[in-house]
Amino acid sequence: MLSKLCQKAFKRSIWVYHANSGGCNGCDIEVLNVLTPFYDVERFGIKLVGSPRHADVMLCQGPALRSTAKALRRAYDAMPAPKLVFAIGSCASGGGIWYDTYSVLGPVDKVVPVDFYIPGCPPRPEAIIYGVAVALGVVDKKVAPVHIKQLEFPIARYHPEDLESQDGMVVYKKLDKI
Amino acid sequence: MISKLREAIICLKAGKVTLGYPFAAEPVPGRFRGRPIFDGQRCIGCGGCANNCPAREILMSDVCQEVRVIKYLGQRCTFCGRCADVCPEHAITMSQEFETATNDKKDLQQEMEIFMGTCQRCGRCFTNPGPLEQLMMKGYRSDNLEAARWIYKSRSYLVPETDPDITIEFD
Repeated sequence: MLSKLCQKAFKRSIWVYHANSGGCNGCDIEVLNVLTPFYDVERFGIKLVGSPRHADVMLCQGPALRSTAKALRRAYDAMPAPKLVFAIGSCASGGGIWYDTYSVLGPVDKVVPVDFYIPGCPPRPEAIIYGVAVALGVVDKKVAPVHIKQLEFPIARYHPEDLESQDGMVVYKKLDKI
Repeated sequence: MISKLREAIICLKAGKVTLGYPFAAEPVPGRFRGRPIFDGQRCIGCGGCANNCPAREILMSDVCQEVRVIKYLGQRCTFCGRCADVCPEHAITMSQEFETATNDKKDLQQEMEIFMGTCQRCGRCFTNPGPLEQLMMKGYRSDNLEAARWIYKSRSYLVPETDPDITIEFD
């Protein structure tokens, strides 16, 4: 009952906590830009708070570094239970350009479970608002994985995923197309 | 009192400033670079984009002699546009899409299976114009598509494949 009420009330007022775990400050500026009256996310009830203990949503910027991964995890653990994590920018969602260097652990989802990814370097304020709107269910997401094939080869060697076993034999599914 | 009234008048004159963005469409500036769109029919599989990507997130894997898989991950792309710049066939266009927020990283991926014409005599042989280009072009490549990692073929003989990820103990 109480958890249902929490779920329902969660969408109405999201308090965000702004966690930078080693970004370049570009995404921070865009996030602060979102909070200005020009973009005005307060119409969705979004408010910036200073402590993870008050927050419902953590906005992660920057990759998880060796030095900050532990602190990021502790901030995540300090948040009360219905919580979301947004990875904002290409560093947070994919590790950034220096994803394989010494001090960089990688994307923040290696440290905390991430719910929504907003790629971009930095993402536009509109893109961040769009991510928030996707999270709130106002709009649907627009991207989908793309898979293009130039030629469909009729030979099984190129498509081992189409091989299946029938009566103890290995049969190529698309063989009748030849 | 009068100063407050004057302020109120100024505020009323400004009118509504806030963008109606998620409910109303918002045009992007003309030179804005969004996410790259790969055209699978134009691509010749030269691998220039994979070699020039600063984030190294365009992976190439040669399934066999004739099929080359090019996979764009999209997660750490900085939309710099270098792949579109070097592409000789203009198969990559920087679109103005910025609404790429998802709850699944795999939504951002674009994968192409490209048919490679081969030399009848030696498989796939070609020469690059200069010594620098020859260094950059690694011929056959087999990046790890599942783990989303580049594999330097020349070095993989020397260094055994190890998982470079570090574990940090959380309390």
